[in-house]
Amino acid sequence: MIGSDIPALIPATYIFFAILIPVVAFWNRKVVRHLSLLGSGIATFFSAWGFMNIIQTGETIRYAFGGWAPPIGIEFVYDGLAAFIVLVINTVAFLVLIHSKLISDREFPGKKMAFYAISMLLMLGFNGMVLTGDLFNLYVFLEISSLSSYALIGIGSKRAPFSAFRYLIIGTVGGSLYLLGVGFLYTVTGTLNIIDMHAMLPQVIGHSSVVAALILMLVGVGVKAALFPLHGWLPDSYTFASSTSSALIAPIGTKVAAYILLRIVLFLFGVELIDHQLPITTIIGIFAGIGILYGSVMAIAQSELKKMLAYSSVSQIGYIIMGISLANPFGFIGAVLHVLNHALMKALLFLVSGSLRLKEGHSLITKFNNSYRKKYPWTMAAFTTAAISMVGLPPLAGFFSKWYLALGTIENSNWILLAVILISSLLNAVYFFRILEKVYLNDPEAETSDETDVAERNEVSASMMFPMAVMAIGLLLVGIFNAYIVNVIFTMFPAGF
Amino acid sequence: MLDFFMGHYAYWFTIILLAIGLYGMLIKKNLVKKIIGLSIFQAGVILFFVSVAMKNGATVPVKADNLPVSEVSNYLNALPHTLMLTAIVVGVATLGVAFALMINIYNRYGTLNEEELLDKIQ
Repeated sequence: MIGSDIPALIPATYIFFAILIPVVAFWNRKVVRHLSLLGSGIATFFSAWGFMNIIQTGETIRYAFGGWAPPIGIEFVYDGLAAFIVLVINTVAFLVLIHSKLISDREFPGKKMAFYAISMLLMLGFNGMVLTGDLFNLYVFLEISSLSSYALIGIGSKRAPFSAFRYLIIGTVGGSLYLLGVGFLYTVTGTLNIIDMHAMLPQVIGHSSVVAALILMLVGVGVKAALFPLHGWLPDSYTFASSTSSALIAPIGTKVAAYILLRIVLFLFGVELIDHQLPITTIIGIFAGIGILYGSVMAIAQSELKKMLAYSSVSQIGYIIMGISLANPFGFIGAVLHVLNHALMKALLFLVSGSLRLKEGHSLITKFNNSYRKKYPWTMAAFTTAAISMVGLPPLAGFFSKWYLALGTIENSNWILLAVILISSLLNAVYFFRILEKVYLNDPEAETSDETDVAERNEVSASMMFPMAVMAIGLLLVGIFNAYIVNVIFTMFPAGF
Repeated sequence: MLDFFMGHYAYWFTIILLAIGLYGMLIKKNLVKKIIGLSIFQAGVILFFVSVAMKNGATVPVKADNLPVSEVSNYLNALPHTLMLTAIVVGVATLGVAFALMINIYNRYGTLNEEELLDKIQ
């Protein structure tokens, strides 16, 4: 039955298309985007199918490669959480690739083949990271996705290669530290399989190598997740990359790394062992809290939309990591829900900024004015939906993840983090409402009013409008049908909750 | 004390390599030298994996007639060594991407010195 092969089929689809695209481009360069759409469409279909299977049967699929039984061979673990994350990232990637049509013509016409082939490799790496049940295999997929994202970020404005180069240095050090941590754990447990290692850790938890390994792995993955003191690469990379690259990497890349953090903290170590020698969860929580406030404040200071969104990413990733650090059921629900919400919100916001760049040639917030609401009524409506969701007003999706995170902080009696959530919602409101004010409220100055009168409706084309509309409606639906999603997340709890 | 240093000498080399690599990446201004530092850093990690799996007097984990299988101490675990083959490949790929980016940077700015680059970018 094909259902049990789904965990292997999703990455296999991507690697097949990553090879197929350069080969086909040899004869026909026009179809590369359609091929990438086909590839990510098939993968999205498989992940939706697999997710439905998991919901109905509730069984975890453990796919052993080459017939080697798990502790010795490499396996993919396709449980409810992995199926959920895989579905989210593949859907977002599919929508972003639909949106890329005009941007790829404008921003990198000669590099289309490379862009689409590498984006398939990028998704291969992300899906593999989510699915794999083996720590070294995780490192390999981590490096596949990282190398692809260095290349994708390098395609962009004049400064892009330099910011990609800096990301390469920082990212590779992060990857090497993670690998060193895996080595430490391997020397004390003798296994690389996550489930097997979870069973062995209680016997060696007092060993000093274990806590050193945990710190190395958290720092290594924290670099990829842009956890607060390790976020330095992120703003420049997202700002100077082409609009499609940043829309592809920003919603997915940091989420997958945060998911790996979640796996390490709550599944590999588990709530009983994680704080055995050092209060790791408290330390992560402090960094996440500082990161939330820092990202929000820096976002207010930016005058360029993409850079503001990049700093806002630093702050939003803090929410997910804060949910992990709470290590209670509410925090877990909040973190997983925020992965979904933030993937949709940030993808939508980056797509809007990409559309505006295409139409206006810039995305400077200072040049936004009220003619935009006449020129791009639907784009601005989508932007407003995402912005309100980011601030966290019900019934949009963003409210509910913050609500569960707040409940989690109350359960832990962690009033400082509760205050951080509330203050940062306020700061989010500051940096999004200043844009909404420019676009929707009439400017007292007459010149801009004239511009509003002469402004013609100049809405973006259907290939760009469709994914943005899907995401905006998705945000509304995720918010309204939130209870169903939370019920599904209830089935994903790690042991110990 | 001397035993502690001599008995763990392979790990001291690992630490020294990691430190040299970090120094190269942080202090050196030339992007090529930063990449050399990165390579040294990765080599430190690889050396760590290779040295933890090394055992004096042991042999490859293949059953031989003169060595009883029950004597586990006669065999060394070759898995970390094979893992490092993959890690070396990853390192080579990283170097490739880094040099491609550097060629792009040089074509756009005409220099690979970080300070000059930052000046030209501003």
